[in-house]
Amino acid sequence: MLGYIARRILFAIPIAFGVSVVCFSLVYLSPGDPLQTILPSDATAEMVEQIKHAYGLDRPLPVQFLLWLGHVLTGDFGMSIATRRPVILEVTGALSNTFMLTSFAVPLAFTIGYTMGAIAGCFPGRAVDRVVTGAAVVGVSLPNYWLGIVLVIVFAVELMVLPATGMGPKGSAQFSIFRWSDVQYLVLPVVTLSMIPVGIISRTTRAAVAEVLNQDFVTTLRAKGLGEIAVIRHVLKNSAPQVMAVMGLQFGYLMGGSILVETVFTWPGSGFMLSKAIINRDIPVLQGTILFLAMIFVATNLVVDLLQSVIDPRIRRA
Amino acid sequence: MSQTASLPIGARFDDDSPPALRVRGYWSSVGYRLRHDPATLFFGLIVLLIVLAAIFAPLLAPFDPYKEGVVLRLKPFGYRGHPLGTDELGRDLLSRLIYGGRSSLLMGLVPVCIATALGGTLGVIGGFAGRRVNAAIMRTMDVFYAFPSVLLAVAISGAMGGGMANGMAALALVFTPAMCRVAETATAQVRSLDFIEAARATGAGMFTIVRYHVLGNVLGPVFIYASSLVSVSILLASGLSFLGLGVKPPTPDWGLMLSTLRQSIYVAPLSCALPGAAIFVTSICFNLVSDGIRSAMDVRL
Repeated sequence: MLGYIARRILFAIPIAFGVSVVCFSLVYLSPGDPLQTILPSDATAEMVEQIKHAYGLDRPLPVQFLLWLGHVLTGDFGMSIATRRPVILEVTGALSNTFMLTSFAVPLAFTIGYTMGAIAGCFPGRAVDRVVTGAAVVGVSLPNYWLGIVLVIVFAVELMVLPATGMGPKGSAQFSIFRWSDVQYLVLPVVTLSMIPVGIISRTTRAAVAEVLNQDFVTTLRAKGLGEIAVIRHVLKNSAPQVMAVMGLQFGYLMGGSILVETVFTWPGSGFMLSKAIINRDIPVLQGTILFLAMIFVATNLVVDLLQSVIDPRIRRA
Repeated sequence: MSQTASLPIGARFDDDSPPALRVRGYWSSVGYRLRHDPATLFFGLIVLLIVLAAIFAPLLAPFDPYKEGVVLRLKPFGYRGHPLGTDELGRDLLSRLIYGGRSSLLMGLVPVCIATALGGTLGVIGGFAGRRVNAAIMRTMDVFYAFPSVLLAVAISGAMGGGMANGMAALALVFTPAMCRVAETATAQVRSLDFIEAARATGAGMFTIVRYHVLGNVLGPVFIYASSLVSVSILLASGLSFLGLGVKPPTPDWGLMLSTLRQSIYVAPLSCALPGAAIFVTSICFNLVSDGIRSAMDVRL
């Protein structure tokens, strides 16, 4: 067990290193000199050299990378060009808002998706299965940014029962999940965000349940006279690890992929910040946000793998 | 395998010539199953219509999609011959929707093609070549796998400064690792089989073996996976345009139209919802066709 954990963590280190290389090179993908945004337009050649030296831009690329990595590891992500605040403060503030969305969206998606998938899996080929399978295809084919707009049209523009965008007049600092006047701002983004995971989780659950139902031990359970409800309980237990793995991954996907939904609802999370940073060409914020989100994704994958090995010992031996 | 088990899915015994007695090639039996799958045929027809509408847009569109009219802004359905009304600059919405299919489909299909060629090639090389080459390719792919797809697409096209070409390049890069894994797995499975050994024993070179014995077995899974990516690619491409990272105005594009019409959500909510409906219909039809192709091709379960 410990060996497996150690191996899995060791495996994550080169990945994390590679991810930071990709994030570092993002700056060099952008058109124009990274200095252009800092330099005054009438800068002399001498001044350019001076600033280049001050920022370490006259060093070879690998050295620049290691210097950057050193800064990043100590929490120094540079300054935002737009707000002149440290990137780390901007990113962590926005991340907590995104985390609020996902921590509601994932359990919601799991509850709906798991129920739908389990029912469909228990009756493969029947009408209820077809309905769920169809709904799952709709869930994964829906552009969630469009669904968000449609929900705004229905519930904010036409019915006027929910707010369209934002986090409320008080902003994110005093947002409380225990006050309806604040929580109502969460409803539409959370529902929109949970659409794709509902589709994916119900698909996975359906497949997992149907597969377990075909195994020999189910026949044994029935043969020894166990009631159908008790049989289903065994089947659901056995299909749980697979579903949990998918749910864990969805958490990572939502943290990193909420940019479209956050843009629709102008929710002040990491995705919205990312899209603002792109518009403002605020490369330090862009780089920092992406690095943070990618690292969260790597960490989620790691945790999911470890949890799965705790639940299902067969994985450890593989 | 018993005879009934080799019956094509959905075949009946009372067909005029019992399929079980006919000897079919692989592709012929795939075609047989597709022809007898009404749902896939129906959604395939819709996909075909959407593609044809995009190709023949100049013939179909009732108005010039670029012609603006100050007095015609955000008019409702059926206003003065505009069947779906006009957009925020007074341009005919139906014409823009028809033309918009061009860039949306292009941005959906091109990245999948590039990723299939690139990822497929890398995967076959990785699966067939020795350990070191395989490790080098697959570990590099793992790094790109460590990003959520939306984030990677946004990061790359955002850093490169948007635009249609950059968007397509970013999406191609997003899909390549997954494609590479599919091809690598399929190749590695075939590599250890006896007929490869037999081919090698008859003196076939590596190129010949890959060309005649590996590719035929890898193309199937790669094609199935590629077909399932098209729907995702259309969604992501429109998403990039929605964020202002894909197609640039005034070119008509569904994602871009959704983002510009969104400003008028209180004035013309119905027009605002239309481009997204186009994205949704296209994406779900590609998805269902891909499901149909998958079940038609999956004989070796």
